[in-house]
Amino acid sequence: MSMPSRESSISPAAWMRANLFATPVDGAITVIMGGIIVMIAIPVIDWALLSAIWVGSDGSQCRVEGAGACWPFVTAKFNQFIFGRFPDEEQWRVISVFVLGGGAIAWLAWPNAPAKARIAVFLLMAFPFLAALLLAGGVLGLAPVETNLWGGMLITLVVAFVGIVASLPLGVLLALGRQSELPIVRLVCVGFIEFWRAVPLVIFLFMASNMLPLFFPAGVTVDKLVRALVAVALFSSAYMAEVVRGGLQAVPKGQFEAALSLGMGYWRAMVLIVLPQALRHVLPGIVNTFIGLFKDTSLVYVIGLFDMLGVITVNLTDPVWFSAQTAATGYVFVAFIFWIFCFAMSRYSVRLEENLGQSRGANSYASLR
Amino acid sequence: MTQSNSPSADHIIHISGLNKSFGDLHVLKDVDLTVCAGNKIVVCGPSGSGKSTLIRCINRLEAHDSGTIQVDGKELGDDLRAVEEVRREVGMVFQQFNLFPHLSILENCTLAPIQVRKVPRPEAEKQAMALLERVRIPEQAHKFPNQLSGGQQQRAAIARSLCMTPKIMLFDEPTSALDPEMIKEVLDVMLDLAEGGMTMIVVTHEMGFARTVADRILFMDEGRILEDASPTEFFDSPKHARTKEFLSQILDQTGH
Repeated sequence: MSMPSRESSISPAAWMRANLFATPVDGAITVIMGGIIVMIAIPVIDWALLSAIWVGSDGSQCRVEGAGACWPFVTAKFNQFIFGRFPDEEQWRVISVFVLGGGAIAWLAWPNAPAKARIAVFLLMAFPFLAALLLAGGVLGLAPVETNLWGGMLITLVVAFVGIVASLPLGVLLALGRQSELPIVRLVCVGFIEFWRAVPLVIFLFMASNMLPLFFPAGVTVDKLVRALVAVALFSSAYMAEVVRGGLQAVPKGQFEAALSLGMGYWRAMVLIVLPQALRHVLPGIVNTFIGLFKDTSLVYVIGLFDMLGVITVNLTDPVWFSAQTAATGYVFVAFIFWIFCFAMSRYSVRLEENLGQSRGANSYASLR
Repeated sequence: MTQSNSPSADHIIHISGLNKSFGDLHVLKDVDLTVCAGNKIVVCGPSGSGKSTLIRCINRLEAHDSGTIQVDGKELGDDLRAVEEVRREVGMVFQQFNLFPHLSILENCTLAPIQVRKVPRPEAEKQAMALLERVRIPEQAHKFPNQLSGGQQQRAAIARSLCMTPKIMLFDEPTSALDPEMIKEVLDVMLDLAEGGMTMIVVTHEMGFARTVADRILFMDEGRILEDASPTEFFDSPKHARTKEFLSQILDQTGH
């Protein structure tokens, strides 16, 4: 991310001359584009900050002519936005899960933090069960909380986390299976991938929510959230499989042969030699899939699960907060929260790539000017 | 010098009636070959003659279509366990080195001993350092493969194979991808290995190396071993016209 040293000592005026006004055409483009940016930025800033309503116990002030964003709407619905309808007195359990999971992720993202392997094992092996226990309750004296009460950011993060954690290993297995020498394995994997990739996620969610129960034997019920989680995980693992396949193809066959010739079996050669290289090659694609998955979580709204977007959408019908600006305010706020999560993932992947040396040196076209 | 016909227990490799095709291309045709422990065999021949495929069959990187291959007393076939046991005893050095780019040179050398042979890490590292010393690149141990020259990478690849303490070493055109000035450093390491008594099968066109090191030279053409002779016989009185033609071409070219 460092600026090239040859530019660092140049004054702002000189930088602008060199980069924005080098030729008359450059200058014209700069002026036109600058004008467009200013024309968009002024009303946005005015709406979001200058004319915005900041306090209020209902939507009355937001209904005033010329009012900007209706921020009190967000503050008033903030609890629902985070927890959905999770009972107030049990919300400490959600907070504990956020702190544990967020803490573990932050630990892993911190450069040179100690004991990363142990934290990773905790996050992937122990944390999901611990979180399920804390959130669902019903044991250890924790009151049970039905999943239809879960909502908001909680649902978004649960669906995204499960999808991300399940889709990478499943995707890797599918990608390996697709290359298998065994025709049955190959056929099953190709069939799975092509089936899940060719049908929209929304349809799977509808089917998981409405059709699947018809096939279960009488008396057997599977929680709606669990069904949605399975659908999302399988759907994204099909995409992940194709990303990983690209990475596998980029690893020369000689790497696998060298590993075999040292006496390693298929799985050792794959896990120790081929996959570390393959996954590095496609890290941007993997993160891209994660980001896509994170945003797709809002589709669970269609089966009656209320994620961040769902909570805001439902509250738009609240007559207390009815105003011309309520919807825009809510959607901008949700968009902003989604953006924070996705941008963080994107930046983290950029840093990972830099650490892995993939964006430097001979691999970077930027160095070939 | 030629011991191929003496039936004895020290036949470490025994190949008979070997056939291999890639689709319509019949690459190996009824190949028979016996190798005794300690043999140094150089395989040469025009490109496409099947020499690489032959040695790749010996550690089953290629599965043969018919015939039998016994290595170190084990028959190579569909039994994966036997194949992996053989691969542990047979080191292979590739034209493109195939070092693992995501691991340091030392890790390249210690990975298989630790993972496959279950050697404790400190011991594996000690042994790897000793072998890196032997191939004269101990100072490169903590670098990554792409920081080394081609010759250094190939020597590291040889050390990596030796770390598994193999009984047999296969070399598949080990110097073909190297710049000319680096060929000698790799050949010197191979010479040192030969003097240490290692059983070696080397696919190469380095005729100087063949003359000094080999006790048998095989000449292959169109999937058959046409010539199997001591270096003196091979260079001075080759039996086949194809061998003579090949020798005159390759000796002209390299100026020997």
